[in-house]
Amino acid sequence: MAATIFLIIISAVFSQNFILVKFLGICPFLGVSKKTNSALSMGIAVTLVMILATLVTYPLYTYIMVPLGIEYLEIIFFIFVIAALVQMLEKIIEKLSPALYRSMGIYLPLITTNCAILGVAELLLVNDVSEIVSGVAEGISMNLGFALLYALFAGIGFTVAMVLMGGVREKLEKLPVAKCMKGFPITMVAASFMAMAFYVFSLL
Amino acid sequence: MNGKIKHYGKIAYDGLITNNATFKLVLGTCATLGMSTSAVNSFGMGLSVTVVLLLSNVIISLLRKVIPNTVRIPAFVVIIATMVTLLRMVLEKYIPDLYDSMGVFLPLIVVNCVILGRAEAFASKQPVLDSAIDGIFTGLGLTCALTVIGIIREFLGSGSFFGIQVMDFKIGFFTNSAGAFFVYGICIALFVLITDQADKARRAKQARLLRVPAGDQPLPAVESSAEEVK
Repeated sequence: MAATIFLIIISAVFSQNFILVKFLGICPFLGVSKKTNSALSMGIAVTLVMILATLVTYPLYTYIMVPLGIEYLEIIFFIFVIAALVQMLEKIIEKLSPALYRSMGIYLPLITTNCAILGVAELLLVNDVSEIVSGVAEGISMNLGFALLYALFAGIGFTVAMVLMGGVREKLEKLPVAKCMKGFPITMVAASFMAMAFYVFSLL
Repeated sequence: MNGKIKHYGKIAYDGLITNNATFKLVLGTCATLGMSTSAVNSFGMGLSVTVVLLLSNVIISLLRKVIPNTVRIPAFVVIIATMVTLLRMVLEKYIPDLYDSMGVFLPLIVVNCVILGRAEAFASKQPVLDSAIDGIFTGLGLTCALTVIGIIREFLGSGSFFGIQVMDFKIGFFTNSAGAFFVYGICIALFVLITDQADKARRAKQARLLRVPAGDQPLPAVESSAEEVK
């Protein structure tokens, strides 16, 4: 049990990092990582929505859609749940903490079309934990607890990659870069080196 | 008639080159990076996106006067999600190999920014035929770009071309995630370099054309009025 939890954490944060290994949520990774602060806000917002989305979509799929035999509608249902959650979260944050809303507000609507959220909801629809986390013994069936744990740490992994990239880009801004490499190309190459570092975790 | 062809030609050129989704706008990056491990995969992904883009553009364009402005984004998303669901069923039945290799990236076509982007920026305002052409050519631009990245990664990573072994070498770097970012970055840089050069050459040519007949009346004006008469 403890080993399974540990492996889920390591896998979700490092060896199967959502951005650098699985290529999910690249749009905010490139768009909102110019400053460390905004990267951190975006990461936290994504983590929050990921957990909430999993909390709704996983039970919705296992306890309602599968018994009714309407699994094929999962994409439509999931995207609706995510859009509604993001809208709700936006309103709640606006009411509870206007300061937080001002710093996070502009990123919230963007999250609806973030692949990482729909990606985590889709990835978790497996019967066995070993299908998404390598190294776990077969036969441990997926449940809501593991799903939430995976979602939480996938979000943390996302945040880690975002913040690291924010730091790299703050430095890159000040360096002389060839004109054609400015902007996206140099960011991609920097991401490539980061991905190499994260790749090492999957060799351990 | 001539003007119509020119009009559609411009939409096509914009979709393919000027606003190339992958290299110029850098949208839909998740699918590009995740599916470009081999040329066949990236070609399949590109075509899938093209199909969804075409269908969703046509439907959204048909419904553009019916959908209220305030709920347009959810409406677009539902239309796109329906198209992806249909595509998923068709692929599962008829091309199971591609279905398996696409994995989680198939449902993720729903949140591909290119599709929602074209719906919002083009199909929700333009007539059906224009939107269809825009959908096809934006999709083809994306397919070409993805296939180029796929070919490069497959060749360098495993020495094969569309699954056929041509050289006997393997560079693991290009088949894993670091190589994807690297090849994509270099491809964007090359694309920007080439289109910039072409642009500069075209502008220089235009400038030369304008300068030569500076003495007598400019030629282009005469040409355009002749066209109007036709």
